[in-house]
Amino acid sequence: MCLAIPALITELREGELARVDMGGVSKEISLALLNDCEVGEWVIVHVGYALRKLDPMESEKTLLLFATAAPSL
Amino acid sequence: MKYLEAFRDGDLARRLAVVIAAEADARRRYRLMEFCGGHTHTLARYGLERLLPDNVEMIHGPGCPVCVLPTGCIEAALDLARRPGVILCSYGDMLRVPGKNGATLMKSRAAGADVRMIYSTLDALNIAQEHPEHEVVFFAIGFETTTPPTAVVVKEARRLGLKNFMVLCNHVLTPAAMEGILDVPAAEAVHVDGFIGPGHVSTVIGSHPFERFASNYGYPVVITGFEPLDILQAIRQLIRQLNEGRAELENEYSRVVSREGNLKAQALMAEVFELRDEFEWRGLGILPHSALKLRAAFAEYDAEARFAITQEAIPDHKACECAAVLRGAKRPEQCKVFATVCTPDNPLGSCMVSSEGACAAHYSYGRFVNTAPTSNVPSP
Repeated sequence: MCLAIPALITELREGELARVDMGGVSKEISLALLNDCEVGEWVIVHVGYALRKLDPMESEKTLLLFATAAPSL
Repeated sequence: MKYLEAFRDGDLARRLAVVIAAEADARRRYRLMEFCGGHTHTLARYGLERLLPDNVEMIHGPGCPVCVLPTGCIEAALDLARRPGVILCSYGDMLRVPGKNGATLMKSRAAGADVRMIYSTLDALNIAQEHPEHEVVFFAIGFETTTPPTAVVVKEARRLGLKNFMVLCNHVLTPAAMEGILDVPAAEAVHVDGFIGPGHVSTVIGSHPFERFASNYGYPVVITGFEPLDILQAIRQLIRQLNEGRAELENEYSRVVSREGNLKAQALMAEVFELRDEFEWRGLGILPHSALKLRAAFAEYDAEARFAITQEAIPDHKACECAAVLRGAKRPEQCKVFATVCTPDNPLGSCMVSSEGACAAHYSYGRFVNTAPTSNVPSP
């Protein structure tokens, strides 16, 4: 129920709406819960609303943490 | 897909599991509760429990909003749906949760009630605009992730001057449910060593509401994402904290979770909703200040007030162990009706309905490979 998935903003629309790309699927969502979104930014989407912007730098840091914790044998 | 596949790398997952096995102290047990149904689903779907050493046990928590609503809530929605002139809008999962005598919103739709499955709260608002002659009720359920979208449409209904849109509010609060698990007499307490904290709830309310479970209650808490590597990393961090005797809040999900959360969403929730004095949860009983209702300023959008709905307390089916499963006191396969009478096609209890319910997750992915076999498990 609290599932939220990453989506790329491809177009800003009137009424705090946006078109996003979710792994090849284009969908209209609401940006009413966020401020100052721009095309090209990643957000996580839950029941048709962007809940939060996704921070690409933090994502890289977390992936690096996995790789450091469990280096290739 | 970017930001998903990288967190599902099977090779890296197996290597992380090796690290976990090496770091886990063979002389002790680690009982870790994942609060969220989404985490339960990922654990089952990717078979993560089978990668863990035997002394690391995952206990499924009450974080499935469909599962924790008591039968009385379903009955209230069924009552509304059956009234002439009402269109009841609901997220899909709620349609199959059984009320009294096996009644569901799905069955009442088949019997002629106007029940619509929606994806977004905006769909419900659109339906209200398209049908001014009907009263459109949105069956609002869910934790703090799903609450801000409800707040948005209540405000939007006011802006549009809609007179036929209402909300049947059953929004519930995550920290209150965690307290509900912990604040019980010692005899009833489920032994837990640490918590995997809610990921998407924390994107909204921030990580800070969970700090007190470390500082006041003394449990390590790791907030994490919903991909398999996120969960394995959280398990590793919990084991480390326990080995080192620490009880801290750690945030693995920093790509979307901050300490303060989404302030705009929080402000919207505070404007539209206020705390209920108490709320009945399936499995956890009546918990104080654990759910939300519409503020008096928004009473015209409150279905509970406009239809004078009173919720009755209805006991679960006698054979159903959902209550114990939700508290982490029993595993799905320890329920006598699991996978026999109660299946996802014909659920007896709520935990078998949503794909995030512990019973449905175990039925779909894990039931032939039980980590803790019991005599109650039917043969495949």
